[in-house]
Amino acid sequence: MKPPITTPRISDTAHAMLWGLIAAMTLIVGILAGSRGLRDFDPALVSYAGASVLAGFGLGYRYAMWLRRPPTRLYWHRGWQIFLNPRRLPANLAHLARIVWNSVVLQRFIDRRSHLRWTAHWFLAWGCILAAAVTFPLSFGWVRFETAQDNQEIYRAFLFGIPLGSFHLGTTIAELTFNILDIAAVMVLIGVFFALWRRGRDHGAWSVQQFSNDMLPLIFLFAISITGLFLTISTHLMRGIYYGFLSQLHAITVILTLLYLPFGKFFHIFQRPAQLAIDFYKQDGAAGPQAGCSRCGQPFASRMHIDDLKTIQAALGIRYQLADGTHYQDVCPACRRKNLALTQDGLWKSQGPNPRGC
Amino acid sequence: MSQREFFIDYSRCIGCQACVQACAECDTHRGTSMIHLETIERLDSVQTAPQVCMHCENPVCARVCPADAIKKTPDGVVQSSLKPRCIACSNCVVSCPFGVPKYMAEFEQMMKCDMCYDRSSVGKKPMCAAVCPSGALTFTTMEEIQRTRRGIPVNSWTFGEEEVKTKVYVMVPREVDRVNVDLIQIAPTPSALPADPYDVALMLEVQQ
Repeated sequence: MKPPITTPRISDTAHAMLWGLIAAMTLIVGILAGSRGLRDFDPALVSYAGASVLAGFGLGYRYAMWLRRPPTRLYWHRGWQIFLNPRRLPANLAHLARIVWNSVVLQRFIDRRSHLRWTAHWFLAWGCILAAAVTFPLSFGWVRFETAQDNQEIYRAFLFGIPLGSFHLGTTIAELTFNILDIAAVMVLIGVFFALWRRGRDHGAWSVQQFSNDMLPLIFLFAISITGLFLTISTHLMRGIYYGFLSQLHAITVILTLLYLPFGKFFHIFQRPAQLAIDFYKQDGAAGPQAGCSRCGQPFASRMHIDDLKTIQAALGIRYQLADGTHYQDVCPACRRKNLALTQDGLWKSQGPNPRGC
Repeated sequence: MSQREFFIDYSRCIGCQACVQACAECDTHRGTSMIHLETIERLDSVQTAPQVCMHCENPVCARVCPADAIKKTPDGVVQSSLKPRCIACSNCVVSCPFGVPKYMAEFEQMMKCDMCYDRSSVGKKPMCAAVCPSGALTFTTMEEIQRTRRGIPVNSWTFGEEEVKTKVYVMVPREVDRVNVDLIQIAPTPSALPADPYDVALMLEVQQ
């Protein structure tokens, strides 16, 4: 398999700006087409749509910048090469379904780290996914609701202008539809509570956590959820008092979070699926030839992985070639550790006998 | 008082495993020991060697990380991979010149020695250095180490043509200003020697 090119061709910033613009333009075209030329677009939600376009630019920019890193570029290409291999595609799709279920839906790997961490993350993740699945299509004019012309008790739902179905007010489905964002908000608040509970009790987390990376995302999610719930409370329990102010406040929290999305902790939502590619890469490597350590002879990684690392290291200017013509990358980690002690031992031996005789 | 630094002297290690046990007590990687303790060549030598993260100035592990998941604190301590970012590729594990990062398959994450950051960031000794009885792992001031040891601390290394500078120092003879690492093999024990039924090293080797 030919190693992918790892050397950037044009300026990283210009390249990333271009992809940012492509992402933003694609979203604008998607909004125009999906809302049937803005006929289904709700002008009251224009600030959300505008912030989403800006977030789209930021995400395109950050993702392209991320892919400019030689190791990221290499694995991006390798992942697709291996996944789309026609002979293995059916098996790969089945494996993909398994790892999506385990790692994305159930998030089992987080549960193995800690139950508390899993509880917090699962509620945060699925609360946010549920809210995003409702909010974005509504803000873009892709989904709309209207009352039936002949019966004010019946609501009709449309997706891209195509009728999806209808439901009667007072039914369970109506209650779920009207309150789905409240359900999402409660899920997020549960997640925020557990996340803060864990951070409040974990001495290790205290020492390494950063406000901008660890606390700010929780503050954003809390602010969005609580102001969203206030809107419902204002409507149903306070006869709409302060609704205008609360809706503006809620919009500000959402817009700030959308602008933070590409550059803060939330970027892992878009970055982390790369782990699925690594899973295929490891599987492919394990099935192929293995690299043996040049010191102990034991296999320690796939040949493909070691060869790819040498390509990455060359692109990064890491020069591990040894004087005897061998390559330090061909030494396994355990032998590297032993070798360090033996090197120090050799330095002392070269000094002759210890005058203290020990 | 001067700032305290971490010093490693492989030749002082007695293989007691106190560092391995103490390491797992650290709050930043609770229950998981991050230090390596190598038996160099069981049949031919009784030498053991501890290996902590050397905390490189320009860490190779972070440079080869596709997820940009390995970060250094302002005081120069290279941390375990960021949990939300690490994609478990093991690039860092096989690239580190000191063989330090560990891939924890159970957590799908790279973890490594972080100099017990919850302790060292507030001036306390890392757990391994706190319990090491032989001074192979020491967390003290530069003046103190120079006063009490025969050699000098050095933090410059070369691996082939790659030059690496680390936050952690190694103790070497006074004439040495940089450690040039080449592959060193221990000559194996001649197989013609009769097996000694009382050879404990051989017994351990067979059990492994």
